[in-house]
Amino acid sequence: MLKIENLHASVEDKSILKGINLEVKPGEVHAIMGPNGSGKSTLSSVIAGKEEYEVSEGSIIFDGEDIEELAAEERAHKGIFLSFQYPVEIPGVSVTNFIKTAINETRKAKGLEDMPAKDMLKLIREKSDLLEIDRKFLSRSLNEGFSGGEKKRNEIFQMAMLEPKLAILDETDSGLDIDALRIVANGVNKLKSKDNAVIVITHYQRLLDYIVPDFVHVLHNGKIVKSGTKELAHELEEKGYDWIKQEMA
Amino acid sequence: MDLKDKLLSSFIVFENQTEGNAYVNDVRNEAIKTFETKGFPTKKDEAWKYTSLNKILKEDYSVFPKKEDALDYKDVKKYFIHDIDTYKIVFVDGKYSSHLSATTHDGIDVCLMSAALTKPKYRLVIENYFNKAATTDGLSSLNTAFSKEGAYIHIPKNKIADKPIQIIHFSTGLECASMLQPRNLIVVEENAHVQIIERHQSLTSNPVLTNSVTEIFAKKRAIVDYYKIQNDVQNASLIDNTFIKQKQESFASVHTFSFGGKLTRNNLNFYQEGERIDSTLKGVTIIGNKQHVDHNTLVHHIEPNCESHQDYKGIFSDSATGVFNGKVVVEKEAQKTNAFQANNNILVSDKATINTKPQLEIFADDVKCSHGCTIGQLDESALFYMRSRGIPEKEAKALLMYAFSNNVLSSVKIPELKQRITKIIANQLGVNIGFDL
Repeated sequence: MLKIENLHASVEDKSILKGINLEVKPGEVHAIMGPNGSGKSTLSSVIAGKEEYEVSEGSIIFDGEDIEELAAEERAHKGIFLSFQYPVEIPGVSVTNFIKTAINETRKAKGLEDMPAKDMLKLIREKSDLLEIDRKFLSRSLNEGFSGGEKKRNEIFQMAMLEPKLAILDETDSGLDIDALRIVANGVNKLKSKDNAVIVITHYQRLLDYIVPDFVHVLHNGKIVKSGTKELAHELEEKGYDWIKQEMA
Repeated sequence: MDLKDKLLSSFIVFENQTEGNAYVNDVRNEAIKTFETKGFPTKKDEAWKYTSLNKILKEDYSVFPKKEDALDYKDVKKYFIHDIDTYKIVFVDGKYSSHLSATTHDGIDVCLMSAALTKPKYRLVIENYFNKAATTDGLSSLNTAFSKEGAYIHIPKNKIADKPIQIIHFSTGLECASMLQPRNLIVVEENAHVQIIERHQSLTSNPVLTNSVTEIFAKKRAIVDYYKIQNDVQNASLIDNTFIKQKQESFASVHTFSFGGKLTRNNLNFYQEGERIDSTLKGVTIIGNKQHVDHNTLVHHIEPNCESHQDYKGIFSDSATGVFNGKVVVEKEAQKTNAFQANNNILVSDKATINTKPQLEIFADDVKCSHGCTIGQLDESALFYMRSRGIPEKEAKALLMYAFSNNVLSSVKIPELKQRITKIIANQLGVNIGFDL
């Protein structure tokens, strides 16, 4: 589904990703871990198509197509979803209106008509129940004044609505208390199928107790320096990242 | 012959053709003298520093444009708010169009200025209110001199106008260029309510210059909501002079939606002549190309315990220019005044300009007055967030801009009007998405 080869990326001439190789197949869950500043968020932004990042080398192939030239919205239309580490507050646009627009624009890109209002309402109800979101919350301005937990839950709600092929969860666990973490993880697990894939980017092993990865990769200084199974995450939790850094040195 | 001379010599013709009571004739004669002395404002006038009338005054306007009679409702229906029942006072090229209008004398008067200025039964109201709020600047005086037609609305004590009133001025541009001087008088007596929607619409691309004066009197505990839709064609210019005198405990609001036209100048003046008065001035401006919109507001706090709220949003693209000059005067007697003013702007292009200037003159010491103006660009991180969810750049920008103006829209009390404005905004931003929030 996703094949990243020798990916180099920089922002404002500062090289951040220095040759990433990663392959994600349908039905898989990959965890990318690593210390602060290792390039985790850059990798997710580059896959999602943030324009500030310059890809200097390598390729990102999604469903057999090189997506490097595609705009962020076109990647979204192909089924890539990024759950933001810091979701942006948009005053004046309600959660409902935002997600309606996102869904209908995605449908438009695929040559489909707008989703009938009735179906939309049903879907919103279903998915907000899944994430235990209060209906009142949906008429509030997007992320404005939301707590950290509410913002993350709202991200997964949008993911549930958009049903992406590939979901990248960037530090979704940060700012979540244990109950919210359980609800969010439960939501992600319910959406998982043999046809879609998830990349979980996290600093800690905590979330991986709930969303169990098939593969764990350690990112350090812009490169994947170690890959393994979920046991690797436990090892990292015990030994910390210094162990990796020492091993690299 | 320049426009001023042309107008001065036309006045003699106008005067001979026009009947009216002695009071009105005196007012007109006085006004033409004032115009002769003051003329049109220039950039040397402080209040016109950023708006030049030079170019638009160079057109060879016909001062008494010919009327197009064959205007069918179906051709102009789209300019009306037609999904609700309303009273309508419609003018075509400055003359009343009875077949497009729906007036009334049933309990309230929704009719014509020409009737009010000439018929004896309106004499008392005219003598009490006509030209009692308008100032004697050159443009208002010009309008007063040629005042003959417009809307006349009188809501007696304790009456509530049962439906909104639409005032629409069409110009058909049969002549190459035309100048219009509509004059509206609105008197809302004690405890009375009224909602008014005003629109100027040119139907051809010939140049039109409208110099409009509207006087509004809101008596004790009256409620007046006035909405101006300024979405005219590229060659139409509008100078709107609106004067509102409020008595105690009255509420008056003016919402101005400026999306079209070549040059639009809004001179909006509120005078608070009583205690516990609330004045609301709001506006959304979304323009592009070389359009120019200038909001020049005045709130004059004369008595204690009053409030004023000003909130103007502007979005400027291409080489569009905007001006906001908001003046708040708080007299020494006007203690406990609460005056709020905000002007927020987004410049979408490098060539767009906004000149914004709050002007506070406060002579009382126990008051709350705040003002703030911002000039910014669209939030890039918000744009990426929206695009990453599948909303294309253009639509994402539109949504952000709509959200930016939403504060102003949320206080529109007529849902159908709000819907219409929303549609115009979507159209203006070139997108086809529902903004229903």
